[in-house]
Amino acid sequence: MEAHAAAHHHGPPIAHASSKVNREVLGMFLFIASEVMVFGAFFAMYFFIRVVNGVPWPTPPYHLPVYVAGINTLILVTSSFTMHWSLQSIKKGNRAGMKAGLVLTVFMGLTFLLTQLMEYSRIGFAPHNGAFGSVFYSLTGLHGAHVLVGLTILTCMTIRAFRGHFSPEHHDGVEIAGIYWHFVDVMWIIVYTTIYLL
Amino acid sequence: MRNPLRSEAEAFRFVIVTLAAFAAIAVAYALGGWVAALIVFLLVTAAAIVFYFREPSGEPKVVEAPATHPPGEYRLVVLANRTVASGELLEEVCRIAKERHATVHFVAPALTDRAHHWASDVDPARADAQARLDVSLANLLEAGIPATGEVGSDDPLLALDDSLRTFGPDEAIICTRPAGKSLWLERGVVHKARDRFDLPITHLIVEDVP
Repeated sequence: MEAHAAAHHHGPPIAHASSKVNREVLGMFLFIASEVMVFGAFFAMYFFIRVVNGVPWPTPPYHLPVYVAGINTLILVTSSFTMHWSLQSIKKGNRAGMKAGLVLTVFMGLTFLLTQLMEYSRIGFAPHNGAFGSVFYSLTGLHGAHVLVGLTILTCMTIRAFRGHFSPEHHDGVEIAGIYWHFVDVMWIIVYTTIYLL
Repeated sequence: MRNPLRSEAEAFRFVIVTLAAFAAIAVAYALGGWVAALIVFLLVTAAAIVFYFREPSGEPKVVEAPATHPPGEYRLVVLANRTVASGELLEEVCRIAKERHATVHFVAPALTDRAHHWASDVDPARADAQARLDVSLANLLEAGIPATGEVGSDDPLLALDDSLRTFGPDEAIICTRPAGKSLWLERGVVHKARDRFDLPITHLIVEDVP
């Protein structure tokens, strides 16, 4: 804005867009910060119970199904690849690739969630069976809730994709769903390593 | 800072990096127990911090400003904040303007701290910058040099970048206080501007700040 024009302007000076934080970026930072705090609280609980208090992990006589969870991890990580493929497809104008990628991602996410529920039903301990049980169910359950939210978003995007939405120029819905899904994947890799492997 | 979740592609890369990092931690735990796992964890965390917090390097130069002006016309942009109304700066601008018949444009970035920046509460800072700018433009007009000016982004490099696109200068002056008193110098603004923009940049250091 020219200074001459500023003399006739009433109210605060007109701000350049570059003077302010981009809303999408700020929103994403706030989202990441809130998620880090939520998961951080649960990981702090895990740390104190296992390291500070020295609770055996897993507490005898319980066992964790490391291999089943490992295969489940593989499924979830693979779903990130199909998600990425889906977005790359629509960016190149390949609608069939986008649909196939989304369907496969939803299918694998659903498989992960159902396997987790089956694991809960057969694992042999409940949240009220000591600190170990509480931490295990809290962390995996919190992550499961995130998977459920991700699946809901992905299902909506899949329906939209089959209705002909999205194009190489406009595919924000798939992009944002993809970001969320990858975030859920990252959290599971951390949860799986700390709860099951270490 | 690079935001690992800025786009789907960045987030996908973050998944791969996390997978590799935690696989390394698990392997270290299996081979060497807690201590080895902790060492690997600290190493990968340090590597991640360096990678995501480092300044992007090798940024391509802005080689051509979209704004065009008639051939023969010389345009000078002046980037200054607290020093914008300095007598030494005005003298230098007057000299160049008279020698080269230059059109002068001032950019005064709003001075905000991080808290105000993140809260987008920049209006008071912009009003202050506008007041300083008005004094400077009035002094120039008094010296017979009509100039224009604007309050720019609080990021000085972004403000200069904006002016390149809208004003299309042939030369830029970045005016600061001496080293030790200038936050811009501490942040390497002049050095970064010379790296980023493909136009002559004069660094003017002034002592008198009204």
